[in-house]
Amino acid sequence: MRRDPFRGIADPTRRAILSLIALQAMTPNALAEHFDSSRQAISKHIKILTECNLVKQEYSGREIYYHFNAKKMQEIDKWLEQLRAVWENRFTQLDKVLKNLKTKKS
Amino acid sequence: MIAQKQTQVTKDLANKKVLVIREFDAPLDQVWEAWTQSELLDLWWAPKPWKAETKSMDFREGGTWLYCMVGPDGPGSWCRADFQTIIPHKSFTGLDAFCDESGNLNKDFPVMHWQVDFSKTGAGTKVRVEITYSSVADLEKILELGFEEGFTSALGNLDELLASTPK
Repeated sequence: MRRDPFRGIADPTRRAILSLIALQAMTPNALAEHFDSSRQAISKHIKILTECNLVKQEYSGREIYYHFNAKKMQEIDKWLEQLRAVWENRFTQLDKVLKNLKTKKS
Repeated sequence: MIAQKQTQVTKDLANKKVLVIREFDAPLDQVWEAWTQSELLDLWWAPKPWKAETKSMDFREGGTWLYCMVGPDGPGSWCRADFQTIIPHKSFTGLDAFCDESGNLNKDFPVMHWQVDFSKTGAGTKVRVEITYSSVADLEKILELGFEEGFTSALGNLDELLASTPK
């Protein structure tokens, strides 16, 4: 199932999980030790992050390791930056339009 | 020369919303005109190097603005805005979608809901734009479309985000 990556980072616990595994890949146990929430709650967050493609699971021997998918995260930032650029561009033009309106009317 | 006002872009991720806020150095009625009259919209609505060209404009509740985004290589995509509610000089809401020349909806592209609010400030007018994407799938599509457009973008926010996230 594909999920909206925005939903993935909307939750503060999930952001904390991402910042931890961004530093190093972690097993579910190692990760859960950093949180007061139940292991179950953490694994639910991981499930959502995996569905959003923000976290990748890799097996090393018998252990699962969670990895941070930085590429997906950059997509979100890139998208917002592009959106900002589009609006800045529009509004600079709107400033000019408004300036002309003002001159015409005064 | 007037210093350029800053555009605030914030996201309300949980609700699939993006919020854009900007102040303009002009009286409210002029800003309202610039947002609601097609002759004026054509002058600024399309980000460079595109130009918006209006085919028809009917600014009333239930009315439609049909326009084309014309790029350096000729006509690009057709878009339509369907106005839902209008409170003169205060706010308007509507749907924004891609379509063909006759206004038939292109269902391959997401539909966005818009709410634009205007308010007086000390020196000018504040405009607040709230864009809501109707579904999760739409947001993903917008994400993908964003790359194709290929606007220049600054990366590096990731570091910031990671630095500000509680450890």
